[in-house]
Amino acid sequence: MQSSRNRAAYGFLAPYLLIFAVFWIWPIISSFVMSFQNTRINPWTFSPGANWGRLFSDPAFYNALKNTMIILVIQVPVMITLATIMAVLLNSPLLKAKGLFRFAFFAPVVVGEVAYAAVFRLMFNLDFGIVNKLLNAAGIPSISWFAEAPAAMALLIIAVTWRWAGYNAIIILAGLQSIPDDVYEAATLDRVSKLKQFIYITLPLLRPIILFCVVLSIIGSMQLFTEPFLITNRGGPGGGTETLGLFLYRQGFASLNFGYASAIAYTMAALAIAISLLNLWVGREPK
Amino acid sequence: MKSKSRSAFIRSLSLHAVLIPLAIIWLFPLWMMFVFATMPDYGIFSPHIELLPSTHFAENLGNLQADTDFIRALMISLSVAMIYTFLSVLLTAMAGWALARYQFLGKSLVIGIILGTITLPYFVVVIPQFIMVAREFRLANTWVALIVPPLFNSLGVLFMRQAFSMMPSELFDAARVEGVKEWQIFLRIALPLARPTMAALAIILFLHSWNNYLWPLLINSRPGMMTAPVALGTLIGLTKVSWGGIMAGAVLLTAPILVVFILLQRHFIAGIAAGAIK
Repeated sequence: MQSSRNRAAYGFLAPYLLIFAVFWIWPIISSFVMSFQNTRINPWTFSPGANWGRLFSDPAFYNALKNTMIILVIQVPVMITLATIMAVLLNSPLLKAKGLFRFAFFAPVVVGEVAYAAVFRLMFNLDFGIVNKLLNAAGIPSISWFAEAPAAMALLIIAVTWRWAGYNAIIILAGLQSIPDDVYEAATLDRVSKLKQFIYITLPLLRPIILFCVVLSIIGSMQLFTEPFLITNRGGPGGGTETLGLFLYRQGFASLNFGYASAIAYTMAALAIAISLLNLWVGREPK
Repeated sequence: MKSKSRSAFIRSLSLHAVLIPLAIIWLFPLWMMFVFATMPDYGIFSPHIELLPSTHFAENLGNLQADTDFIRALMISLSVAMIYTFLSVLLTAMAGWALARYQFLGKSLVIGIILGTITLPYFVVVIPQFIMVAREFRLANTWVALIVPPLFNSLGVLFMRQAFSMMPSELFDAARVEGVKEWQIFLRIALPLARPTMAALAIILFLHSWNNYLWPLLINSRPGMMTAPVALGTLIGLTKVSWGGIMAGAVLLTAPILVVFILLQRHFIAGIAAGAIK
């Protein structure tokens, strides 16, 4: 009786597992195998040097890796700090017109990548963009956002931060709201200042959630593709904003070298796993 | 008492002094999207600071439609997002139900593998997905290609599983004593109770499909079968193109979602926050 009831579970699970097996499990295995195959000749043959050997001596790979790491190291801390500030301030009982502020910060979360890429291209245009015009009005000379690599990288970081800070703020805000009020009431009775309450109560309690946001953001930023593809025009200027995602796209889907692209994909996977493990280690319960 | 209310006033003042400029900066790109969409191209590329909308929206839409069949692309995006959302909610609800309310062989393995995919970069699966769908199944530029491969999602299953496991089991056991079949218990009792969770999930999945760019770009690049983001993306970077038209397209992509966001903010936020709560 009990076991026949439990057998129904397989029926409920079957369609989901079928999709999972065909479109995820098999591809995970397949791209691993492909990364060891030379896919530029027919039939594909086992030849690890064709991809892995080439990858570690390819200057284009190191360029993409370097750009991705620069974006990660600058963009993620800036965005998570901003998101934490947004969440803490939005959570304040003193705030008026809360709905309006929530809308301002959360609205970018629903805006599609292509739509916002188009707006940022126009806003940061060298001669006619509103950003340079406002800089000029403030007495600052125009910045050529698309022609110089550091400026183009800064533009990507600004764009991604705008798009995703609110997303992280939502998650952090949910965490803040789950902290019981009486923790703060006790501290207030003991005349602990608001700033100290934030540093010694709020931040430690938020730590797991902030770490979760950091990991999600690192993995997201590591796969950055649409922004350098559309905003800085295929990783321009001259590869100055080419990310690992864009490099993979170029190798896999423009040159149709699936084996090489798979090796790049597994390099990203290795980085993602390393970062997740690092997070587990940082986030472990202090003993 | 008085000094306390004064310090609250100062705190409130400094709070707004930080948040108001930040909110203006954050709203600025959205505002400019609407402004650009109403401007002729000579207004967008004028040497003056233009911050207010003009009256050329209809004209820009005409230019956009002349550059690419955007209305058709919007219809494809809308249909795909609706079918995808329905199928995906159904699949994830069924799987979440199985993982929440039954004991069976391999259960912890399934949960473990699903959890493991959360941190896996999408690029690991997208290359074989492309080879399989485009070359082996020969399904490039079809509806199936747009809808089926993205159906798997891991966070949704965990979200549904959590909703089902919080329901009291007496509800279902009573029905079982009456001889009600398992799939009827799922459809008639469990699903209606999980409606708020499904609403939050459906909104997030719809948004995901509506905005999806990389997969539709790879698999459906034939002009008549492009989704709206892909169609718009092909125009960005062209030299002879109406930028007012592109911005009108961006508004058509964004405005409906923003309206839904304003109306259903609570569900949106619940869906996104669920990513953090296990």
